[in-house]
Amino acid sequence: MDAALSLAPSIRAHTIPGYNDAIVRRFTVATVLWALFGFSAGVMVAAQLAYPQLNLGAYVTFGRLRPVHTSGVVFAFGGNALIATSLYVVQRTCQIGLWGGPRLANFLFWGYQAFLVIALSGYVLGITQSREYAEPEWYADLWLAVVWLAYLAIFVGTLMRRREPHIYVANWFFLAFIITVAVLHLVNNLAMPVSLVGAKSYSAFSGVQDAMVQWWYGHNIVGFFLTAGFIGIMYYFVPKQAERPIYSYRLSIVHFWALIFLYIWAGPHHLHYTSLPDWTQTLGMAFSIMLWMPSWGGMINGIMTLSGAWGKLRTDPILRFLVVAVAFYGMATFEGPLMALKSVNSLSHYTDWTVGHVHSGALGWVAFICFGALYYMVPRLWRRPLWSHRLVEWHFWIASIAIVLYITAMWVAGIAQGLMWRAYDAFGFLQYSFADSVAMLHPYYVIRLIGGVLYLTGGVLMAVNFAMTLRQPLRQPDPARAPQAAPTPAS
Amino acid sequence: MATNAENPTGHAIIERSTTLLFVLTLLVVLIGGLVEIVPLFKLETTVQPVPGMRPYSPLEQIGRNVYTREGCYTCHSQQIRPFRDEVERYGHYSVAAESMYDHPFLWGSKRTGPDLARVGSKYSNAWHLAHMEDPRSVVPVSIMPAYAFLKDRDIDVEGFGAHMRALRAVGVPYSPDMIAQVAADIRAQASGEDAEGLLARYPKARLGDFDGQPGRITEMDALIAYLQVLGTLAEFPAGRVTGSGQP
Repeated sequence: MDAALSLAPSIRAHTIPGYNDAIVRRFTVATVLWALFGFSAGVMVAAQLAYPQLNLGAYVTFGRLRPVHTSGVVFAFGGNALIATSLYVVQRTCQIGLWGGPRLANFLFWGYQAFLVIALSGYVLGITQSREYAEPEWYADLWLAVVWLAYLAIFVGTLMRRREPHIYVANWFFLAFIITVAVLHLVNNLAMPVSLVGAKSYSAFSGVQDAMVQWWYGHNIVGFFLTAGFIGIMYYFVPKQAERPIYSYRLSIVHFWALIFLYIWAGPHHLHYTSLPDWTQTLGMAFSIMLWMPSWGGMINGIMTLSGAWGKLRTDPILRFLVVAVAFYGMATFEGPLMALKSVNSLSHYTDWTVGHVHSGALGWVAFICFGALYYMVPRLWRRPLWSHRLVEWHFWIASIAIVLYITAMWVAGIAQGLMWRAYDAFGFLQYSFADSVAMLHPYYVIRLIGGVLYLTGGVLMAVNFAMTLRQPLRQPDPARAPQAAPTPAS
Repeated sequence: MATNAENPTGHAIIERSTTLLFVLTLLVVLIGGLVEIVPLFKLETTVQPVPGMRPYSPLEQIGRNVYTREGCYTCHSQQIRPFRDEVERYGHYSVAAESMYDHPFLWGSKRTGPDLARVGSKYSNAWHLAHMEDPRSVVPVSIMPAYAFLKDRDIDVEGFGAHMRALRAVGVPYSPDMIAQVAADIRAQASGEDAEGLLARYPKARLGDFDGQPGRITEMDALIAYLQVLGTLAEFPAGRVTGSGQP
């Protein structure tokens, strides 16, 4: 350890023996940088909707930048956060380092960042499959498939070598997320390239079947990438930060299997009243409503973990990020089944209500649980005390106000749009032209933009806090903080 | 844990075996997709034939690729729902056969701009050109980006046969003759000259110098040719275009 301390600037020397925390640190840094990138892209596209003059030339148009934002936040920020946290959690809950050694882990890191750069730069250049959340073209998809299999191998290999008899519940969710995303990715991206040296390909499916495959994929990117994986984060970091066991072991079993079984069916609710056959739409609607139960099972299990520790919410902004995230998860998963009802969907579909719904989940649940996990991990990974807890408070409140501005603006905008499109005047004519509904949106788009700028500001505060944390003096190694056991679930 | 460490029972059996957890998870997540997706490829009622449908002409398909590349689908849907207001605003609700040659489908998920499933033949070529060059010159409150640069991008007329072969490989019924005539068909549609062969292969194709530049065939020509064919091919029996009221 003396040797380690003499190398103080080198973080490499301060790993827990046997654990590969260097790779977790890399993914953590990538998460923070991509968060700023993805949020900035979001601010840009929000600004373009409020002020169309900001569409500049061929490359900087809303149409090309929108996937830069969505992939930037989902796959770049969210993906790096999921890999960082899953590799952090799986080592600690299995009591062993990563399978495959540092080389495979480094391949996963650089391979995944390369995929992101290829995909995101491609959108700006006009290279896209036009499949929402699956825009990258065939060669980027093949590369991602290789990288993802490496991730699966590292994760499963580590589980198989574990020193704990049980696989901890967070790892069930991480495993389901990795497996399902692999299946979704391989099927939805089946396509015929025009040539092996060109970017363009044509989808293997057409029309109705193509729509169903794409929204089976699209909804389950929400269900497994943005939900199951992040529930894995919840199951480790909430009990750790609250220093309380998981509320109910039995509930975690029931809601795990119910969630992964039911989510897969919900895709057709993106295609209500389209030329997709009615039986498929109805199945999708029914399963979307059933999905409410396992979603709330997870929410209850997360929030009730604070039993006996509620007071910590007043003083601990990191725990507050984690718990408010779970509360937003509950809200978004209540709103989702509601919007999947065909009668509600007839109003909400195609409007900004959907955009608002997605963001209450994305900003409130996904990003908040990430922030909480990052604030938990960074001091431990770098062995330095967090620079400023007060700045975490600022981040929390600025981001919370941002979400309120964003989702309320989009609720009003979306419902107004839907109502204007179907309004009739006293003579039985359509009351509004489509352009009327566009003009109506401007003030809400401005409010949404303000919300986005605030949310980005919170992200910048977090990045500053981490940058300063890394410049803090090293914490003396604490013998009591040797490799720890998984948080014990209640029996 | 709830169970005896030596003799696990119940769920403990699963959570103590990576293999079992892996296999069961995979099986559980496959079921829903299989039930919802596989029958769509098998049931003949999924896509009921509609007279008039044909594959896109080469120029239209090039325009469709521009539409895809520019992310037009992020703001425009191509799927009219069977509601009274949508049918009055946009026309007959969309049916499955109308997108049977669409690789990929472009139904969209958001209407920041209006639905385009039946925009074909509603506006003149000149209106589309003016709208693409400067949307606010024809719709003052529009928030659409300008696409004037499409006028400066020439099309690779000779090279598009490879695209048609790829489309044929995924099921679009392009005949060898259609693929052989690709360059002639593009030139005919973008000029309106010598178009008999084109119209025999692709009935109802809109002809003309769409971009106002007679000497060039640009992406603007292609995009407008595509927009002008949208929703014009399917032939519906008269008197069935009302749709229903709101549910």
